[in-house]
Amino acid sequence: MRAALVIAAKDLSQRIRDRSAILLGLVAPLGLALIFSAIIPSGTESFDVKVGLLDDDGGPITAPFVDEVLPAVTADGIMAVTDYGDLPALESDVEAGSQNAGYVFPAGFSDDILTAQGGTVRLLGNVDSSISTQIAQAVLESYLSEVDAIGIAVGSALLSGATDVDDITAKAAATPAAVTLADTEAANRELDITTFFSAGMAVFFLFFTVQFGVSSLLEERFYGTLPRLLGAPINRWAIIGGKALTSFVLGIVSMIVLAVGTTVLIGAEWGNPVGVLILMIAGVMSALGIMAVVAVISKTPEQAANWQAIVAVALGLLGGTFFPLSQGPRLLALFSKLTPHAWFLQGLGDLSAGDGLEVVITPTLAMLAFFVVTIALAVVFGRKRVLAP
Amino acid sequence: MNVLECEGLVKAFDDLVAVDGVGFHIAEGETYGLLGPNGAGKTTSISMIAGILESDAGTVTVAGTEITTRTTEGKAKIGYVPQDIAIYPDLSARENLRFFGKLYGLPKQSLDSRIDEVLEVIGLSDRGDDRTEEYSGGMKRRLNIGIGLLHEPTLLILDEPTVGVDPQSRNAILESVEQLGRRGTALLYTTHYMEEAERLCDRVAIIDGGKIRAEGTRRELVELVGQRDTVNLGVVGSAQRLVDALGAVEEIESITSTEGSVEILVEGASSLLPRILDIAQQAGVGISGVEVVEPNLESVFLHLTGKALRD
Repeated sequence: MRAALVIAAKDLSQRIRDRSAILLGLVAPLGLALIFSAIIPSGTESFDVKVGLLDDDGGPITAPFVDEVLPAVTADGIMAVTDYGDLPALESDVEAGSQNAGYVFPAGFSDDILTAQGGTVRLLGNVDSSISTQIAQAVLESYLSEVDAIGIAVGSALLSGATDVDDITAKAAATPAAVTLADTEAANRELDITTFFSAGMAVFFLFFTVQFGVSSLLEERFYGTLPRLLGAPINRWAIIGGKALTSFVLGIVSMIVLAVGTTVLIGAEWGNPVGVLILMIAGVMSALGIMAVVAVISKTPEQAANWQAIVAVALGLLGGTFFPLSQGPRLLALFSKLTPHAWFLQGLGDLSAGDGLEVVITPTLAMLAFFVVTIALAVVFGRKRVLAP
Repeated sequence: MNVLECEGLVKAFDDLVAVDGVGFHIAEGETYGLLGPNGAGKTTSISMIAGILESDAGTVTVAGTEITTRTTEGKAKIGYVPQDIAIYPDLSARENLRFFGKLYGLPKQSLDSRIDEVLEVIGLSDRGDDRTEEYSGGMKRRLNIGIGLLHEPTLLILDEPTVGVDPQSRNAILESVEQLGRRGTALLYTTHYMEEAERLCDRVAIIDGGKIRAEGTRRELVELVGQRDTVNLGVVGSAQRLVDALGAVEEIESITSTEGSVEILVEGASSLLPRILDIAQQAGVGISGVEVVEPNLESVFLHLTGKALRD
């Protein structure tokens, strides 16, 4: 243990001295977080979708959407809804961009649903507001999926001879509340933009920061000092331990400084400090394991640095550190779970929703699983090569 | 008591047997040389002796402690100076020494004074706080040796410490090694420079193809292969008259003359030379110059392996 500490202390002093760790571990992520948060309006304002509503139906199926769903998402700051009296005015405003999207419920829509003939809702979208249109569409689709269920129930009831329209209508009207509740919860679990970019940049650059420790073993070989370490009266695992400790300290310090820095400077809200620290530790360990695999299969420090950069960027992009994955395709969100980044951000998102510490258990275990698997791979691949003189 | 005993060392890399049954011992205060060309197995042998490389077979004992890659106790008795410069360029000499001193477990209270001593020995006292990336090649080499000396090892292993060094620095390094030998440190010195082995080593092992071909003092090695001294005389007057006069000397194996010079092949030239000069004077032949060429390890190596050291 003493030897590992001596090696880690030496490595850390070298990293601090060459400033590369400070640059990649602190300056770059903090700078980018500041820039991103300055460019993109903070909070949920960025998704304040302006939507026009033309309700020519006014029936029992559209009423819950108009009276409950839309007011709910408006209250959450997701949408700003404007009522329209005629279609040309709505179409004109959407085309001009004063409205990002528009809902058009035609006359007789509810009747068509209730008589199992099937109704059609139009969604108008501004070509330059694709994300806003997608959000408007997502809200509508969530509602319509419930309507479909009701439609099937109504159709079945009619086929079986039921004629009590009031009962059927009441059943339909009672359903949308669930839609509203689900959307609201999902919105709350997203980090605000400032925190998202602060955490995203922190975990993105974490992978560059930890590489300094694990790759320094290759530098020892490059400088010819590895044989000297191997000849020293120390356990060989102390050399590996020292390098891992260097990575861990660099990673955790950069994360903590970034968390504090972005909180103070740009008002990021990372959440419960204990939960955040747990997630940080697991995140650093997963990054350490992944970068260790890359290091042990590389032959030179330069090769390792190149591969580690590719892996860090690829995982960072896939993990959703540059954009909220909830705005992307569902498949991407699914694949993102193959990265520690996504688990880290999910853990922070859950923490920010005000839930207890138990919400970090799953993300933490997922990240630790990355660590265990990758360290095992590093041992398998590097067992004979890493400590060869 | 032997400081180092190694026996039957074997190391193969896939199909290539780099070291094949190497064994020797080094006594207290002895300087022992491993002389051989590049690729002879010198570095592989000492890597196993220093506990850096796992051997396939054989044993190594330093001051009574067995050495393997897993042992730590015995390694503290060894100072290792690798062939390549093994220092951290972004640290100063003092920081390099402090790091390795801590690794070798030197007590904190005596570490600084020991670092000062080593800096003095390697002549870097006035540059000890400069980053080593600013050093000349010779200064780096000296620090490379200094790190091996820091913990006052019982056995110091130097792996071709003068490779790629300018003549001035090389001489300084050789003098340092000679000083260490005089202090009583047991030294294992590998080189492919015959002159270094002859100058520094009490005993030399000729190694080639992973095997020790011969071992002994320089004189023993020379005698082993039956080499003789050559005496070249510059002659004023009749060279043939001198050849005739020396014909009766039994110790002379052969004698040849050209105009103005005589070449004599003899065993033990230094003891016979006064007699040869006396005979020349009696024969009335003036001597304008004398050169004695003793057989060297280069010729021994050539005799044993059929190739030159630098091949």
